[in-house]
Amino acid sequence: MKKKSRRATSSNAFLVAVSAVFLGLIGGAVLMALIGSNPFTGFYYLFRGGLMNIERVGNTLATATTLMLVGLSVAFAFKTGLFNIGASGQMLIGGLCATLVAHKVFLPRPLFLVVLIASALIGGALWGVIPGFLKARFNVHEVVATIMMNWIAYWSIYYFVPAYLKGPSLETESASIAVSQSLRAPWLTKLFNGSYINYGFFIAIAAVIIIRFILDKTTLGFGLKAVGSNRFCAEYAGIKVNRNVIISMMIAGSLAGLAGLSFYTGYSRNMQIGVLPAQGFDGIAVALLGASNPLGVLFSSLFFGVLQSGKGFMNAMTSVPPEIADSIIAVIIYFTATSVLFQRFWDRITRYRRSRHPEQSEEE
Amino acid sequence: MWTTLSSIFPYAIAYTIPLLITALGGLYCERSGVTNLGLEGLMLVGYFASAITIRLLEPTMAMHPTSLLILGLVAGVVAGALFSLLHAFASINLKADQVISGTAINMLAGAITVYLARLISGSGNVRIKMGIIRKNIPVLAKIPIIGPLFFSQTYWTTWVVLIIWALSWMLLYKTSFGLRLRACGEHPSAVESAGVNVHKMRYFGVIMSGALSGLGGAVILITYSGEFHGSVAGLGFLSIAALIFGQWKPLGILGATFFFGSATTIANVSQVIPSLSVVPPVIFKVFPYVATLVALVLFSKKSAAPKASGQPF
Repeated sequence: MKKKSRRATSSNAFLVAVSAVFLGLIGGAVLMALIGSNPFTGFYYLFRGGLMNIERVGNTLATATTLMLVGLSVAFAFKTGLFNIGASGQMLIGGLCATLVAHKVFLPRPLFLVVLIASALIGGALWGVIPGFLKARFNVHEVVATIMMNWIAYWSIYYFVPAYLKGPSLETESASIAVSQSLRAPWLTKLFNGSYINYGFFIAIAAVIIIRFILDKTTLGFGLKAVGSNRFCAEYAGIKVNRNVIISMMIAGSLAGLAGLSFYTGYSRNMQIGVLPAQGFDGIAVALLGASNPLGVLFSSLFFGVLQSGKGFMNAMTSVPPEIADSIIAVIIYFTATSVLFQRFWDRITRYRRSRHPEQSEEE
Repeated sequence: MWTTLSSIFPYAIAYTIPLLITALGGLYCERSGVTNLGLEGLMLVGYFASAITIRLLEPTMAMHPTSLLILGLVAGVVAGALFSLLHAFASINLKADQVISGTAINMLAGAITVYLARLISGSGNVRIKMGIIRKNIPVLAKIPIIGPLFFSQTYWTTWVVLIIWALSWMLLYKTSFGLRLRACGEHPSAVESAGVNVHKMRYFGVIMSGALSGLGGAVILITYSGEFHGSVAGLGFLSIAALIFGQWKPLGILGATFFFGSATTIANVSQVIPSLSVVPPVIFKVFPYVATLVALVLFSKKSAAPKASGQPF
């Protein structure tokens, strides 16, 4: 009875991603044209804004850092057949724990960084493991549970930050973290001419490598992927499905917690209340576009990083509002969700080419 | 205590109504077998469309203020319905993952509405001059106890929404059409074999969710907000929580939305009312989401969720 949409196979995942990006950019161009701006000028300044000098490249990398970690979080849960829509909440809690440590804990720098990272990891893992447990033990759908967890985090922070971490000037954000207590590094800031880039970038790269290793080279990864592709089959083979669901959500949560670390103690160095971080949802786009593959996530987060960090410059140089970047990302998500369309299209083209040149397709 | 209650009650109702109508939209959609996480975005689209319509027609002054507001509501409904077609097309025709499609709807709505609103004002906020004036219902407001609670200081949209709710209950539970719609969410292949077009029924469900969520957004604008500011602050997700907490039933969501609406109102006013300020407001704000999680755990053995919701057909 269940007709499942065919998942993209690795050979055409790339084509699907490229088609979705292409349509997303076309959607952006249409929106620019709609308000009477020249799309070519708009895109020129959008990409220039993300890449034109070393400082802006640094900012792009800093923006991509958060997206990469959230993307990994969502992708990792996808591999176990779970949809982690709660990365925003996990980011908030991870970020809150890290911000607390940054304000209250004073230790020698290397030890301090370890504690800082661990706090965000634990905070995010906690916020991820609760939905994982509810799923495993009570069969509560993780999508609904993570959405609820998002808003619990949102309102907790809404009241916690003004009460305990209030800044000197504004009621709506926490006090700024001193550079020496943050993820920023003076040598990095100097190297990139005063940009926002921070140690988070290296954490993200390390996470990509570690997650790739876990998924491809370990028994744990094999079990997680087995649960994702067919949980009944996995259960029959003796894999503990429930345990894997919990572990998967825990790791996904800790990755999102690290994203919160990189954003709140590296990029912005303070926490604003009343904001559910949009990166939690952009990360879904990153994971989908990267076909839930760690390397794919790396590249797609860099692409989205350019869009997100270039939009301010574009807005300053043209009359196009900065929301164009978010619109493009949303269009890309929509088209990756409807990827069946292009899969049919590309399948048909491949079949057509094979039928005409049978010897060529052998080499491919 | 009584004066406190009777003074915050109208606010609780005002806050409940947009939640109720949006959750009702979600009910149509999920009952027809399509999961809709895009309620937040659909509300936002209605919110935006009604703001922009009213704002653009205000200067002409050719219209009676009330008819202008009605036009704003209609704009919200139409915009929500049209926007929901994106979700319908993806999840019904293309059999896409409905959760992802719903998320895309939310992001798309959040980005495009603000993008367009910036054309009107640089900040992206669209303010309207006048919303609905609260009125006491002539005779009924005089009834002791019930009068001050339910019939004083009301918005007329409250009654519109309640009528829609009652009609929806009749449509879903007292007509063969409603039976078919609900069956599409439980066992679509059985419905198909009885000669009913499942795709058409599901289109109806999704479009209703768009229209009613759009109405919810428009109601926020012309009742307590008075300004479009680019977000409905999670009310769409709160509606989803109410839909689950109300176990996908019209009476259930009426109770759930009122419960959640009251909790939020209490949280908002608790700082100024001494008898409530002993409880930290965060408890009231977090309450709906925790309650929904608890309800999901409690009902996990015999979930009332439509069985085929979320599965493409």
